Amino acid sequence: MTTPLLSIQKLEAAYGQIIALKGIDLDVMPGEIVTVIGANGAGKSTTMMSVFGRPPARSGKIFFDGQEITNKPAHEIARLGLAQSPEGRRIFPRMSVLENLQMGAAVDDFRHFQADLERMFDIFPRLKERIDQRGGTLSGGEQQMLAIARALMSRPRLLMLDEPSLGLAPLVVKQIFEVIRELNRNDGLTVFLVEQNAFHALKLAHRGYVMVNGAITLSGTGRELLDNPQVRAAYLEGAH
Amino acid sequence: MRAQTSILSALRESAFASLVAAGLAFPILALGTEMDQSNRLVLEQRWSWMLIAAGLVFVGRFLVLILAQGRVAAAPVPARIWPPFVARVLPSAGVVALFLFPLVMLFWLGPQGSLKWINNYGVQILIYVMLGWGLNIVVGLAGLLDLGYVAFYAVGAYSYALLSTQFGLSFWICLPLAGLFAAAWGAMLGFPVLRLRGDYLAIVTLAFGEIVSAVLTNWTDFSNGKAGIMSIPRVTFFGLPFTASENGFAATFGLEFQAIHRTIFLFYLILVLALITHVVTLRLRRLPVGRAWEALREDEIACRSLGINTVNTKLTAFALGAMFAGFAGSFFAVRQGFVNPDSFTFMESATILAIVVLGGMGSQLGVALAAVVMVGGTEVLRELTFLKEIFGSSFDPSLYRMLLFGLAMVLMMIWRPRGLISSREPSVFLAQRKNVSGTHVQEGHG
Repeated sequence: MTTPLLSIQKLEAAYGQIIALKGIDLDVMPGEIVTVIGANGAGKSTTMMSVFGRPPARSGKIFFDGQEITNKPAHEIARLGLAQSPEGRRIFPRMSVLENLQMGAAVDDFRHFQADLERMFDIFPRLKERIDQRGGTLSGGEQQMLAIARALMSRPRLLMLDEPSLGLAPLVVKQIFEVIRELNRNDGLTVFLVEQNAFHALKLAHRGYVMVNGAITLSGTGRELLDNPQVRAAYLEGAH
Repeated sequence: MRAQTSILSALRESAFASLVAAGLAFPILALGTEMDQSNRLVLEQRWSWMLIAAGLVFVGRFLVLILAQGRVAAAPVPARIWPPFVARVLPSAGVVALFLFPLVMLFWLGPQGSLKWINNYGVQILIYVMLGWGLNIVVGLAGLLDLGYVAFYAVGAYSYALLSTQFGLSFWICLPLAGLFAAAWGAMLGFPVLRLRGDYLAIVTLAFGEIVSAVLTNWTDFSNGKAGIMSIPRVTFFGLPFTASENGFAATFGLEFQAIHRTIFLFYLILVLALITHVVTLRLRRLPVGRAWEALREDEIACRSLGINTVNTKLTAFALGAMFAGFAGSFFAVRQGFVNPDSFTFMESATILAIVVLGGMGSQLGVALAAVVMVGGTEVLRELTFLKEIFGSSFDPSLYRMLLFGLAMVLMMIWRPRGLISSREPSVFLAQRKNVSGTHVQEGHG
């Protein structure tokens, strides 16, 4: 059996007194798209942020490609080949699109900067048109594209996306998910996706986990979860 | 009918404004203290001044309101973008003008007349330009609000003062040492405040500034306390003293000895130091560390997830900013020949910070302009002696400095809330240069 690229084992984390994660077990295999779905406050984003050490893991372990990364400094984790597009996109608003992309390449020490830049423009032609524009002046969809492109500039082995569909028009959500699918299919990029938009996420993902109140209650392939009556009742009814 | 009601409401609003003005003027203008012959403080009442101020505000507010009625609300003005030619030539022309400034003044006004211009305006403003540019790295680029910046200025000044008087080291050795010491102190301040941001960081840096000044005041064995350190060796022309002696600067170069030589040399010295600060900042902005500073200002969480070491980024910002303050401090000491803690009060920190904020955070030109206005403005106020004939001989216009600065700040916040120069030039371009204006980005997002 191959080692999982990302393996979270019995992870517990808390914000002060409030326990956010109650022992999470989760694996992401190389080449997979794995999604975590769940309601607001279920702990989806916390799971992802905890991989980067904020909030720190109280107990449990996190492995990246067999190497333990529990509570390591975030910049060291990023250097191992793990990139994150955080919730709310977090574009640098006063910096230009090009500068934003440069920031992403810092981990890679700019070794492949020009080639990667061209590649990003192929994937997201809109970014090329906006190259000298400030990040803060982009539309929501463009900002999300920029956030993904910025994360990809570090040539990650695992891309973690936190709610890429947040606040975007349905058509734009479709575009973004299509890009993620192609990146996975063509470049073999492993993707770990946290989403509230359960329908789209489960259709895209190979496997999915359902989180409720800081614990994983269900897991299975995307298809299985889509057909699961509980999941349908809780997250999919009326969501089409 | 409508005109009537609008005049009525304008009157009402003006009355309110004049009431506020009266309230403000009451402690400032209406009541004053004077020393009488036996050195007692006597309360002096100047109710007429207060009434005049309130009246002026009333009339002014009324006129503004009436005149504004005719106008339709103006669309936001797009940021003025310099014509490319001007933008390219302006900086170098400015530098050339600065290099010529003391010589032009010397030939025009002679050694006596030009002293004031080169010293009070030239050197004094350039010190603050340099301090502003140094603080700009911390506040403008890295977005770390530092209210105790003057502490590093003090470290630099005392480094030179102590090293030269105690160990006889020359200025040219002390200058880099002062920068190093200040940078070390900057990093030392940086460590405990790494987790702080915004208000909390501001409070801790404020306290740090106060601690340094308290130590300098009270640790008399070390710093000679309030009395300060006197007879600090003056600046030399790379070893040649500016004296009338045989081996002095003037004699060596076959010039007639004049005190102005030293001032002109000091001018060039601070000019070069300030330009070094500027060039280093510009270079750093194009390097990964400089971009990391700006990214840190924009979004710390995003930085962390992109693999930027935020600890190192913050420490380098603090240390570099402090280093330039250290250079400026040792220049201050060599210029004055005397240092004591009174030169390094919170007011100094506030002035430098005001220069950075008024100039437009992160803008090098804006900071320089703001320094000219703030420091030059103080000097100009001293010159307004004709006001004594209007308000009486005890009137000292420079005492109204803070009142005027406060007013200027309020006006700035209304008209240019992002500082004099708010557009930020990206540090890299693919094709042609384009300035992106601050007005396109929402307040609080940039």
